[in-house]
Amino acid sequence: MNSPVYTMWLRQVKKYLRSKPRMIGSLGQPILFLVALGFGLGSLYQSANGGNFIDFLAPGIIAMSILFTSMFTGIEVIWDRQFGFLKETLVAPVTRFKIMFGRTLGGATTGIFQGILVLIIAAIIGFRPELALIPLSIIFMILIGLFFTSLGTAIASKLEDMQGFNLIMNFLVMPLFFLSGALFPLQDAPEFLKIISYFDPLTYGVDGLRATLTGMSQFGIGLDLVVCTVLTLIVLWIGAKLFSDIQI
Amino acid sequence: MEGKKEENIIEVKNLVKKFGELTAVNGVSFEVKKGEVFAFLGPNGAGKSTTIKILTTLLNPTSGEIILDGINPEKDKNKARKSFGIVFQDPSLDDDLTAYENLEFHAVFYGVPEKDRKERIEKMLKFVELWERKDSLVKTFSGGMKRRLEIARGLIHHPKILFLDEPTVGLDPQTRNHLWGFIKEMNKEEGMTVFMTTHYMEEAEEVANRIAIMDHGKIIEKGTAKELKKKTKAKNLEDAFLKLTGHEIRDESASGLDHLRSHARAWGRR
Repeated sequence: MNSPVYTMWLRQVKKYLRSKPRMIGSLGQPILFLVALGFGLGSLYQSANGGNFIDFLAPGIIAMSILFTSMFTGIEVIWDRQFGFLKETLVAPVTRFKIMFGRTLGGATTGIFQGILVLIIAAIIGFRPELALIPLSIIFMILIGLFFTSLGTAIASKLEDMQGFNLIMNFLVMPLFFLSGALFPLQDAPEFLKIISYFDPLTYGVDGLRATLTGMSQFGIGLDLVVCTVLTLIVLWIGAKLFSDIQI
Repeated sequence: MEGKKEENIIEVKNLVKKFGELTAVNGVSFEVKKGEVFAFLGPNGAGKSTTIKILTTLLNPTSGEIILDGINPEKDKNKARKSFGIVFQDPSLDDDLTAYENLEFHAVFYGVPEKDRKERIEKMLKFVELWERKDSLVKTFSGGMKRRLEIARGLIHHPKILFLDEPTVGLDPQTRNHLWGFIKEMNKEEGMTVFMTTHYMEEAEEVANRIAIMDHGKIIEKGTAKELKKKTKAKNLEDAFLKLTGHEIRDESASGLDHLRSHARAWGRR
């Protein structure tokens, strides 16, 4: 109860729980993807690969919803700047790393929450995950959440207003999602696409989630876990650095 | 007016802040004594808010020396931050939290011990007459209520110095009166030093022990309201203020206006 990190975390979680439209709104897109792509491409996938497409797709969509929710929480630093609350936290006698870390934990928490909601919805639609490795899936969700909240925070620390938001969505978030193997198997993709996907951090998050939830994997759980952990630590460090350097 | 040497709680020497080409603060020096109410007056873009932002560690100065309550804020930011409270020019509350939660957040961040937290929050909320609304989200508050809440928040950790950057802009006379009432009370009871900026001359004249007038990044005159009036042979402070700051705008005509505009731009954004 005495820690600024906890207080900052609690604030993010409260804000998320209080904005019901946002919570429900951000479920719309994953449901649409699951239904439209899952059923629309399902038979095509089945005749080519002989598996259930929903099983393949669901981990990718879970990763997507964590990506969007966490990234958004990170970028919210810009809102805080515009509505002035950022100043209140920045003049407080607390190291900026703690502020950033609390925020990031909060963003990751809301991301995981969203991810679990999508997992449940996917299960209703017909996704049958293997339950044995669920704890490990949650670890991947945590890593994806931490990574993208930190990334969002890092970017937002450098922006003055929301004008760059569309740029970030179209040239960063969307490519990260579409090139990650969330929607299609990378094994069968053309070589150039495969190579690009190796540079996409989300590729390893999606692969790790898919491995733990369905047993399908391109790189293996061990490599996914190492890559995700290392990248998350690096981005967390960069985000903390840029956040600490904010001047108002 | 005082014969004995009193302790300075704020000391600023040759403070300079540049934003690229623009010099927002240009060699400002002043001292504020412990327990004093000190007012910064000046037209928009004079550099008042920039000075406050530097004093409160939000901006790093380009050059110059600052001592806050015996601490160099550039060297020991967090220690300096503990010594003051601030009410910003623009709102800085979290609208999605309740009044109580905003104060609780602040109390935790400023290390108010858990056992005192409830009591102090209750006392401050009653002080600004918002106790009945403690569980309402701040977004349902009016401008005046938000201001009161911000002042309550700035006082929760019992700061030695309270910075007020145009605290009464857009408030009705009742609320203004009310606010100054309890700021004066805190000043008297706790010996809290108050550093304020305002555009309302009557306010400055009534509340402040000493006044500095700032324009184009420099302090052009300082003293008590009486001394300023005497120096400029003005009948009231507003008159003295216009005599001191008015000429320059007229003299510089078009270029002066551009200057002001670029000031306002560089400054409103930050």
